[in-house]
Order: sequence, then C-alpha cells, then structure tokens
Amino acid sequence: MTDLPTSRIDLKAVLSGSSPTVAMDDHSEGMSYLQSVPRRLVTLYLPLSIIVIVLLFPFYWMGLTAIKPDEQLLDLDKFNPFWTWNPTFKHIHKLLFESYYPHWLWNTMYVAVCATILSIVASVLAAYAIVRLRYRGAQWVGGLIFMSYLVPPSILFIPLATVVFQYGLFDSPLALILTYPTILIPFSTWLLMGYFKTIPFELEECALIDGASRWQILTRIVLPLAIPGLISAFIFCFTLCWNEFIYALTFLQSTQNKTVPVAIVNEFVDGDIYRWGSLMAGALAGSLPLVILYAFFVEHYVSAMTGAVKE
Amino acid sequence: MADIAMQPRMAKAQIREATTWDQLRTNRNWLGFWFMLPAMAFLIFFLAYPLGLGIWISFTDAKIGRPGEFIGVENYEWLWGDSIFWLSVFNTLLYTSVASAIKFAIGLYLALLLNENMPFKAMLRALVLIPFIVPTVLSALAFWWIFDSQFSIISWSLKHLGLITQNINFLGDVTWARICVIFANIWRGVPFVAITLLAGLQTVQPSLYEAATLDGASKWEMFRYITYPLLTPIIAVVMTFSVLFTFTDFQLIWAMTRGGPVNATHLMATLSYQRAIIAGQLGEGAAISSAMIPFLLAAIMVSWFGLQRRKWQQGENND
Repeated sequence: MTDLPTSRIDLKAVLSGSSPTVAMDDHSEGMSYLQSVPRRLVTLYLPLSIIVIVLLFPFYWMGLTAIKPDEQLLDLDKFNPFWTWNPTFKHIHKLLFESYYPHWLWNTMYVAVCATILSIVASVLAAYAIVRLRYRGAQWVGGLIFMSYLVPPSILFIPLATVVFQYGLFDSPLALILTYPTILIPFSTWLLMGYFKTIPFELEECALIDGASRWQILTRIVLPLAIPGLISAFIFCFTLCWNEFIYALTFLQSTQNKTVPVAIVNEFVDGDIYRWGSLMAGALAGSLPLVILYAFFVEHYVSAMTGAVKE
Repeated sequence: MADIAMQPRMAKAQIREATTWDQLRTNRNWLGFWFMLPAMAFLIFFLAYPLGLGIWISFTDAKIGRPGEFIGVENYEWLWGDSIFWLSVFNTLLYTSVASAIKFAIGLYLALLLNENMPFKAMLRALVLIPFIVPTVLSALAFWWIFDSQFSIISWSLKHLGLITQNINFLGDVTWARICVIFANIWRGVPFVAITLLAGLQTVQPSLYEAATLDGASKWEMFRYITYPLLTPIIAVVMTFSVLFTFTDFQLIWAMTRGGPVNATHLMATLSYQRAIIAGQLGEGAAISSAMIPFLLAAIMVSWFGLQRRKWQQGENND
C-alpha cells in the first residue's frame, strides 16, 4: 500500500478548475462549445444551485435564528420567518456574558491545539522513519498505522473511559489531549508520508555526505520542504479535534471543563422554548473559528482530504 | 618511503570501535525505533490496548466503579435475545446503506457538475465543502431546529404552499425521524464524497472524451465506459471511509434524537453509550460495540481489494 505510484493530484487545478492536462495558457473550453446555453441552464446550473442552496441553508437558518428576537422566532404567522428587520444581539450577549461559553470555547481551543501539536510531532517522526529510514518492517508498520485509522472512536470509548479513570485523568482536559492523538496520528502520519515521499532523496544524501545527522536532516531539510503538508495536517487535525464529540462527552463531567460541542448539547438544551436563539448563536459561534480557518487555507484543506484518501 | 606507505594503514587502525551508544544513535533500525516511539506509545496505550480491553470487558460483568469478573459469553447471549439490540442493528444497517448509497449518488453527480467549466467555480467548490468543516453536533442542532415539531420552517413552507394542513412531527414519528437523521447524515457526507471524487475526475484525460465523441459515444456511454472505470479505485476508497464513519456514527443521532422515538433511531454506537455510560453496564455496552467489529472488518476488506485493484490498474496504465 505504501509504494503506490500515486498520480499526484494537482491541487491548484482541483480548486481553480483547470484540468492539469490542458496547458495553462490554453483558454479553449474543450468540448463545452457543443452545449447550448439553455441546455446548460437545465443540466448544470439548476441542479447545482439546488444542491448548493440545500447545503448552505442550515447555516443561513442558524445565523438568522441567532439574531431574531424571541417573539418572531415563535410566531411564524405574523412575521415572515425567512427574514427579520429588527435583528437583536440579545442571544449573543446572553451567550457570551451569562454563560460559560467563553470558557468552553477556550477549553476546546486549548485541547485542540495541544492534541494537534502532540500528534504532529509524533507523526512527523513516524512518517519520516517509515518513508526515509526504512528500518526493518517499516512497510508493515505503515500498513498497521493505516489500519488504526479505520478504528472508530465509537468502539473505543468504553474501554478508554476505564483507562482514563485508572490513570486518574477523568474530568480533566488532559484526558482529551492524550486520547485525541489516537484519531489524529494515523491520519497525519499517512498524509505526511505522502509529502515526504515527494522530497528528492538526493538532498538527504548530500546532507549525509556533509556529515549531518538524521535529526539535522529532518529539521533543516525535510521539514522546511514539507511545510504545505504540515499546514494541511495541522488544519485537518485541528478540525477533527474541534469536531470530536464522544470522548469529550464520556470523559468530562463538570460544566466548566466541557468543550463547545458537548456543552451546547448538554447545558443549553433544557425544555425552555426561548433557548433556540442562544442555542443557534452558540452553534454559530462554535463553527465560525473553523470556517474562518478554512477560508484562509482552502487549498491545504482539500489537499489534506484528498491526500489521505489517495496515498 | 616505507613510513609514508605505512601511514594510511596506521590511520585506519585509529578508528575507534563503534560503541553501543553509537549503534543506538546511528543504526537504521534503532534510529527507526526512536523515531517511531512517540507515535507508537500513543497508539499502543490509547488504541491497541483499549481495543483489546474492550473485547475483554465485553466478556465480563463490569459496571461503572466496579471491575467485572469473567462471565463468558453471557453478555452476548443476553444481547441475542434483546429486541432493542436487534432493532439497533437493523437501524444501523438501514442508516448506513441508505445514507451511503444516496451520498454516493449525489456526491458523484455533484462532482460531475463541479467538473464543468463555469464562472465562480473555485468559490462554489469552497462553499460546497463547508458542511464538512462545521462540527457535526452544531449542524445537527441546526437540523434539530429545522425539524422542530412546532416551529419547523419546512412544515411552515409546506403549509403555505398548501401541501399539508398539519405540522409534520418530524422527530417524533418513527418513519420521519429515520428520514430526518438520514437526511442530515447525507447533507454532511455529500461534500466529502463530492470533493474527493472531483479530485479523481480531474486526473481523467480530456482527450479520452474527445476521442469518444468522435466515435459517436453518447453522454451516458462516456460516463459508463470512461469516467466510471477510471474512478472505480478512488470510489472504493472513498466509499469505504464513508460507510465506516456512517456505520459508527454517534454524534448526529445523539444531538438530534438521542435514539428516540421508541428507539427508532438508535444506532449500535448510541445504544452502547446508553447502556455503558448512562445505565452503567460497561460489560453490556462493550459487547454491543464489539459486535460492530465484524462489520468494520468487512468494510476494511472491501477497501483493501479496492486498493489492490487500483494497483493493478495503474500497472496496466504504465505499459
């Protein structure tokens, strides 16, 4: 599995849409001149816009609910539910100043950053060893790491809960920081292996002849060249951490220690019908950091996603 | 003269023996071991060990706060006769098969659409991926609100269109609840399938389509005999991941229905959480989650053969 001669996908092309096989200065539209405009309207733009609207509607609805006054939320007949003319920041204010929300946001951030850094360090070392040191059995270890990617948290949380309890980590952020890497390491090792393979061997050979140690090669030559891969791995791991739910739900108990996804589900949902506004505001505020991060690094994101599948 | 001839040999003799420390530091295998150590420590302590421990717990009568004793396959026997467990197995299979099939169909369709030339293409692609970025629980909450029994925007719209007279009880009715959670899962999974398949589509040479057009192939024939065969390997991998993560889904269900109404949306993962953590029956919960392993192994086998096929295909292309 590790030695697949991968036809690397040109990521710029995936995002900008130009086919890699067409020369860059060639502005020909391929065979699309064969299609008339009305035909394209029905076969392309119509279905595409329906799908995109369905995909994005929940976010619009989240945002709208977060700024609607309560009476408009619950009275669908007097007000048009799809729009509001008098937005309120009451829900957001309530969220930020009358709940533990900033606390939860901080917890999530803290856990995600620590777990991501730990996993990236471990995976850089592991990926470099598998791809370049090629110690005995490296291929096997690579395969095993891929297998561990396929072990889902849903079958691990029960035994992990007992382990966490034994080590006295229950209800502490450390429990999450130490368990999240099991989800992240397989993925990022696999991704970084792909990146390291693209770095020419000759560079390392030169460095070895000049007397560099393996550690120096890794930090001075390989890592600077693999920065796009590191960014991809970092962002994707961060997102996975932020998204993780079942471990956080099982290992944390006190309200203050919770992460955003768990806290919103457990602390905000309490029969009160007027909670919808702040619930949606919380969901929106919990998603925004990731969406902003994503907006800056779309390319890295896509490369992480497709890379993990391709390599 | 003789001295000069001797000199190199003397210098050679001066090289010191490699000490144990040197070997640990430079030997390929030892170095590999040191580099692997952190990753392996994590994976062994928090993945391999719990995996084994979970199977062991499923053979004990452990409860929260009390280590169990070995009771053989009693937990499994009990589950065998438990109708709720079988209902959850049925739900999981239904959820996985329906959601994966539709995700694949829409994802492939969306990938084909996004592969066309059009304005604002890059932006559209970036937008499509957003549902995948946002934490599942948070988007599930949005769906919870959209599918609210009283204030659902869908019920409202349908009423105003004159299609229904009563609000639909989306999450309170068995069939509707299943449809809703499957819909939410599809909504979240489609972007992943679409973007990865799109990446695969872009490696297909346009000249193949041009040649096919000259030969008089229809659009369907082009898809069936060019696009689909070339995409098969990546489809196999993407769908394995999709099936795997749908099968073990937990958060979407937990945020939207918590397994209700009358256990109609309980998946194996949610049922094991409920039995193990909420009811405290660790042994029984572990048995439920261990029962997922055979299914997962089957999915992994499919992935493996998908990769094999890919290798074979690429070998052929290289000729």
